[in-house]
Amino acid sequence: MAQIRIEKLRKAFQDFIAVDRSDFTIEDGSFFVMLGPSGCGKTTTLRMIAGLELPTEGRILLDGEDVTYRRAAERDIAFVFQLFALYPHMNVADNIGFPLKCQGVARDEIREQVRQTARLLRIEHLLASKTSKLSGGDRQRVALGRAIVRRPKAFLMDEPLGALDSELRRLMCNELRELHDRIGATTVYVTHDQLEAMSMADRIAVMNRGVVEQIGTPQEIYDLPASLFVADFIGSPPMNLIRFEGRLQRGDRAVRIREATVAVPEAHEEATVESLVLGVRPEHVALSESAPMRGRVFGTEYLGTTQIVTVTIEQGQVKARLPASLSVRLGETVGLAFQARSLMVFDAATGRAMRSALHEGNAHG
Amino acid sequence: MAEIALRQVGKRFGEIEAVRDLTLSIANGEFVVLLGPTGAGKTTTLRLIAGLENPDQGAISIDGRDVTHDPPAARDTAFVFQQYSLYPHLTVYDNLAFPLRAPARRLPEQEIRKRVHEIAELLHIGSKLANRATRLSGGEMQRVAIGRALVRRPAIYLMDEPLSSLDAKLRAELRLELKRIQIELGATVLYVTHDQIEAMTMAARIGVIREGRLLQLGTPREIYETPNDIYVARRLGMPEINLLPAELLSELPAPYHTKTVGVRTEHLQIAKPNGSGLVGRVHRVEHLGDQNHVHLDYRGHALITLADPHQSLAAGQEVGLALLNPLYFDAAGRRIGIAAE
Repeated sequence: MAQIRIEKLRKAFQDFIAVDRSDFTIEDGSFFVMLGPSGCGKTTTLRMIAGLELPTEGRILLDGEDVTYRRAAERDIAFVFQLFALYPHMNVADNIGFPLKCQGVARDEIREQVRQTARLLRIEHLLASKTSKLSGGDRQRVALGRAIVRRPKAFLMDEPLGALDSELRRLMCNELRELHDRIGATTVYVTHDQLEAMSMADRIAVMNRGVVEQIGTPQEIYDLPASLFVADFIGSPPMNLIRFEGRLQRGDRAVRIREATVAVPEAHEEATVESLVLGVRPEHVALSESAPMRGRVFGTEYLGTTQIVTVTIEQGQVKARLPASLSVRLGETVGLAFQARSLMVFDAATGRAMRSALHEGNAHG
Repeated sequence: MAEIALRQVGKRFGEIEAVRDLTLSIANGEFVVLLGPTGAGKTTTLRLIAGLENPDQGAISIDGRDVTHDPPAARDTAFVFQQYSLYPHLTVYDNLAFPLRAPARRLPEQEIRKRVHEIAELLHIGSKLANRATRLSGGEMQRVAIGRALVRRPAIYLMDEPLSSLDAKLRAELRLELKRIQIELGATVLYVTHDQIEAMTMAARIGVIREGRLLQLGTPREIYETPNDIYVARRLGMPEINLLPAELLSELPAPYHTKTVGVRTEHLQIAKPNGSGLVGRVHRVEHLGDQNHVHLDYRGHALITLADPHQSLAAGQEVGLALLNPLYFDAAGRRIGIAAE
């Protein structure tokens, strides 16, 4: 069990600043995901927590204790890389017990630990099996077993599911999270896949170019992205971002986009620029004959329960998530109505979200 | 543009029956997707149509003409592969023009220029024509590869997972583009993939294929709403359809031979427990932003349902469950009531 505290962490590789001004706390027992595109600094941060990389500035505290310059082996943290490498000549029990054997743990003790680990992973029946005979999911479970058998204070995972196909990845996301719920060890997980992050995390840190853009629960990050980068990175399809020239005063309850007036949550600050961006999630767009914002249907994508309808408007394309039962024809002109209480406005120059009534939490009752 | 018909086509490689008794027709201008896992026989089917493999049984015709024993060049098909195989030393323009400059075609340079420019516009790579093919992004390279197939205007386009090497965002973008281009050109396309999203979003009809056998052919909606068997039911839908043994649902007016009951996640509804009916326990709530996936336990079986992201449900909570539009499957996994529809 461990709380991990990151203080003013910075890492430079010559001129390149990989991590800058990082400052956050990972609570004991939580599942924390660092999310961002490649090169955003998430893996470098993880490696500093592990002790595989030394920071240029700042501190790392493990349960209040400064471990910034302590060697990796002295941190009692397990680092899990991609979860597929098993020793093919060993059976499942020997694979799981291998890290303990390396530490010189007594054989009876290893057997007991391996049994407990297998019970947690629900693979007790496979302990005597050859690894080559296992299904993809079971192989992943064994690899996971090898990582957790030592019971470290914290797990650090760097894209552990990156090599798997999408269906196995979904399955393993669930298993990883359920395993976490059973053993409760602090987990720091790095990924570029927003769906993995949303599905597993207690809290997510979205990173971009070495900087943490936002930290919050999956729902906070989805509902109230702090920046255009976060808005565009989260969601599938992501938030529609409609650029426009206009004004926004404190207390405004609508913005004007050309001839259209669009109701928004009451603004709590004034925009200093006139280049703004309206952010609207696809599920908050509806088709409406009377809506002033109009466009042509560019494409429809059936998804079973819902469909994604792409509409070309003057400012670009807008995607709407609509019931699959709604009939929409390609090329037809439609009006777009936006759910006012869920809209965001961003400053186009800084990318920052403007504060509004939505941030005060009274929008969703 | 043409109609393609496969009649009882079979192909075996040693012990493995790659394609079994495949009968399938693709109408002129239709977009058909074969959906199946690796090794299901999808690529072999494409290669049989292209003439890169010879069938052991059956016949293949293009526009009513039997081409079963014709060489590839006589069939007028164009193939798009998963890996964009562009000529790295040529410009985008010359890559696109390449198929038109084949000696057999002898198109005048003026006609070639016209077609290359048309296709480049269609694919939004008009400004990149002078670039070396290797100086493009992954998405642009794949557009050029698709463009090279489109420029020839063949009878049929055969596409083998053309988007699978791209990242998720680009894939989503090109899915929509490819569909738009297909509609604009009125092209006949047979597209194979293991990705159910690609199949559902692009196909006019999906063929679900497994171990060389075509299990069901229909519109995405038919396949999703009325699957022929449990395998097909599980192939479409994310999260996967919920399956429960019929004996756990004795309250349900299930047909006599029902062994398994299937309920799509959106048809499993959470209600207040009212003393009668089904009661499950919330195991975990997964927040995906636009909706929550609620993982439930019902008498030892894991179920998943969808819920509004702002609905408060906690792990351990007991909830009532209602089943809408259940699907009934017999002991062999076949859906009961297919004949009646």
